[in-house]
Amino acid sequence: MENQIIDTERIQLTKEDFSSDQMVKWCPGCGDHAILHAIENVFPNLGVAKEDFVVVSGIGCSSRFPYYMNTYGIHSIHGRAAAIATGVKLANPNLSVWMISGDGDSMAIGGNHFIHVIRRNLDINLLLFNNKIYGLTKGQFSPTTPKGTKTKTSPQGTFERPFNPGELVIGAQGNFFARTIDTNPKAMTVVFMEAAKHKGTSVVEILQNCVIFSNKAHELITSRETRDEYQLFVEHGKPMIFGAKKDKGIVLKGTKLEIVTIGENGITESDILVHDQYEKDSGVHAMISSMMPPEFPVALGVIRSVKAETFDQAMMNSIEFAKEHSPIKTMDDLLNSGSTWTID
Amino acid sequence: MTSKNSKVVELEQVVIRFAGDSGDGMQLTGSLFSDSTAFAGNDFATFPDYPSEIRAPQGTVSGVSGFQIHFGQKTVHTPGDLADVLVAMNPASLKANMRWIKEGAIIILDADAFIEKGVIKAGYLEDPTLDGSLSGFKLIKSPISTLTKEAVKHLDLDMKSTLKSKNMFALGIIMYLFNRELDMTNLYFERKFKANPLVVEANKAVLAAGFNYADTMEFFGTTYKVEPAFLKKGKYRNITGNIATAWGFMAASERSGRPLFLGSYPITPATEILQELTNHKSLSVKAFQAEDEIAGIVSSIGASYTGALAITTTSGPGLSLKSEAIGLAVMTELPLVIVDVQRGGPSTGLPTKSEQSDLLQALFGRNGEAPVIIIAAKSSSDCFYSAYEASKLSLEHMTPVILLTDGMLANGSEVFKIPKVADLSPITPPLAEANDPLYKPYRRDPEKLNRQWAIPGTHGLRHRIGGLEKEDVSGNVSHDPLNHQKMTFLREEKVQRVANYIPEQEVFGNPNADLLVVSWGGTFGVMITVVEKMQQQGQSIALAHFKHIMPLPKNTEDVFDRYKKIVVCEINNGQFVKYLRMSYPQFKYYQHNKIQGLPFMIAELEAKFNELLNQ
Repeated sequence: MENQIIDTERIQLTKEDFSSDQMVKWCPGCGDHAILHAIENVFPNLGVAKEDFVVVSGIGCSSRFPYYMNTYGIHSIHGRAAAIATGVKLANPNLSVWMISGDGDSMAIGGNHFIHVIRRNLDINLLLFNNKIYGLTKGQFSPTTPKGTKTKTSPQGTFERPFNPGELVIGAQGNFFARTIDTNPKAMTVVFMEAAKHKGTSVVEILQNCVIFSNKAHELITSRETRDEYQLFVEHGKPMIFGAKKDKGIVLKGTKLEIVTIGENGITESDILVHDQYEKDSGVHAMISSMMPPEFPVALGVIRSVKAETFDQAMMNSIEFAKEHSPIKTMDDLLNSGSTWTID
Repeated sequence: MTSKNSKVVELEQVVIRFAGDSGDGMQLTGSLFSDSTAFAGNDFATFPDYPSEIRAPQGTVSGVSGFQIHFGQKTVHTPGDLADVLVAMNPASLKANMRWIKEGAIIILDADAFIEKGVIKAGYLEDPTLDGSLSGFKLIKSPISTLTKEAVKHLDLDMKSTLKSKNMFALGIIMYLFNRELDMTNLYFERKFKANPLVVEANKAVLAAGFNYADTMEFFGTTYKVEPAFLKKGKYRNITGNIATAWGFMAASERSGRPLFLGSYPITPATEILQELTNHKSLSVKAFQAEDEIAGIVSSIGASYTGALAITTTSGPGLSLKSEAIGLAVMTELPLVIVDVQRGGPSTGLPTKSEQSDLLQALFGRNGEAPVIIIAAKSSSDCFYSAYEASKLSLEHMTPVILLTDGMLANGSEVFKIPKVADLSPITPPLAEANDPLYKPYRRDPEKLNRQWAIPGTHGLRHRIGGLEKEDVSGNVSHDPLNHQKMTFLREEKVQRVANYIPEQEVFGNPNADLLVVSWGGTFGVMITVVEKMQQQGQSIALAHFKHIMPLPKNTEDVFDRYKKIVVCEINNGQFVKYLRMSYPQFKYYQHNKIQGLPFMIAELEAKFNELLNQ
């Protein structure tokens, strides 16, 4: 795959270049701290000048992020970060634009902008902090809260069906989707690097824990006892194997995914589905994205990464083409074009 | 081709109204006649009047589409009140337009359309051309459809295409009546239908047939001529308000060196601005058609932060959707121009009709203390200068500007003297310099109180801004009580100080007249026409027409102080008058309001002003 060329020779930066002087005000133990540290580790290694980063956000706990990064940044209004990012990137396609958003911000109030920025394939990196709760307003259910969860606005448990962000990304014709988790800094760093390298809308869902209002929302995936059974790290070209003993695998049976055990019923490693993140057809990527506990492990890593023309590039190309071919080169040309008459 | 058989009567000004089914091509007919009017050297203004449905039921009154042109040898300020000539392609268009024509007007009808079915569909009980109800008019009832078929008989054309060109037959009659040359119109056909020579031939043949038919028939033995207007030396073009708005922004972009970005969502009657700007990529315009109104303005805020001259265009309901984001632009103190092409409201209201009822929304329609500059364009061609000035004030003062135009200005057209971009006043945005050690996001210019614009990509100026309250100077997030009060005052004062950078309020007429007429925005044309007319009749009347709404010009109070009576005229239920009562409560304001989706008529204003003068 041809990706953005990363030139760290030219630009040598460190984590300190990106630490802001503002006090970080997230709750102690919040998953956001770990995400911030991971980003601080990624930014210096992208070959991008520190003046060329713009971090934009909407509203919510996660959206305070720009204040904690020493870059250009905008903390905007609820749900609209994708639209801010669109304006920033179209105004200057050379900038590295990072959008920070949450499950309320992007799945509810900003759902429209979320699907459209993906559909257009604007070249930005969209980090979706999914804690499955409204934290800043103190504990109401969000569009990703699992059905039946009791919250302040669902005292008997929600009766809404939750969104799976990966399904939305693929439904909106997304070309890049990855999932990671706040408890695994190394995996986050790898995925953020991949997202940065991908040209187009790179959506990364970060399963993030809110210690106050949805603590342990991801417990099956993160607890020491169960995580091996419920985490599947997908890697391009490798079979989808998981489990404490590395003996479980995913196979495609008919039109569905199934879990099998290697060594049982004649199953060998070669029967296991091999991950192809570059496959244009999004069918299997959608199925992998949909896998959720307790029936399935959750897929982590880069699930889909397909090359396509970006919106900002397409716009620049059409401008370049017009500049080359149009006889109208200045405003005076335009004012005097077409049907005019002179009075002497 | 000129008429030989009739005597020529000279007229000072004429209003012609073309009306037909919404698929009859009346807008094209009107605009071709406008081009010919420009060529004849007259001053003119036009206005299209079409239904909100694209193709409303054929033959019904609700499906009638009209186009009015007012041309003259003197300055023409409006598309005209009542028409001297009506072209009605079917009974429905006659019915819909009878109230818009003068007594004794010329009415040109397609006789072929006045069959029983069409008459009934239009809602007539009897054929109005036979029951004597049109006896007070000069009627030209010609079998236009039949004659059109006849004219293209020699061409291998299907019936649908044939009948499509019958509007050109009507145009031919009008061209004859007003002693116009056909060359320009024929040239238009050649250019427009280059790919289809048969259509070129058909249109030419039908146009000529209409012209010759009129010549042969010698209607009333008279044709008419309007001598060229005394326009200033220079180069001219015809321009609609929406195109002028788009071009004003492009000129401001070129003059300020800031690339133009538009984030917009289609909405009647503002859509043409988006369409027009999409067409000018060669001038580096980035026009983004967003997924909704909110994304339109918010993407513009992103582009503004990134250093563009950023604008968003909409109409009333869209402005409501943008309210929260305007507050963000107020708080982040970024330049942004919001164009509201006003239409009848509330809610979906009257999408294709004009109104001035978004003024209070523009002034106050946001949460918190959120002042913005407000400018209202006064005519179609003034939309160019208003868009330019809105950009200049926004960029130089680092604050959002709402530019109010309206459906009348947007779709109406008038003669526009082409300016040179270099002659427009310079625009100098307060850009922060790279690596300026003194740069602080909210440090202000002591005069204008604007902050500096530090653009991503510039070295040494990294900073964060957002919707949370900012600490004075540093721009850090602050919840400090006294800081909030101070920042509120600063944002307000910054907008008020714009009064030092706009012209003083002008008054047309005697500075001590008995009656001061006050109006604002798109009504200028009709107001000045009435006031000048009454002044010529010796009435003691003057006009103060406002273009700058927030802040008001510095001398507003002094102007009002000089007059015994003040009457505020608006196409709404009294919004500017409320604002004036709030701003200058010491004066007594009479008011005249119209909320019918229609412009003021000269006669109604005259009656109102006479009543006030005689009290």
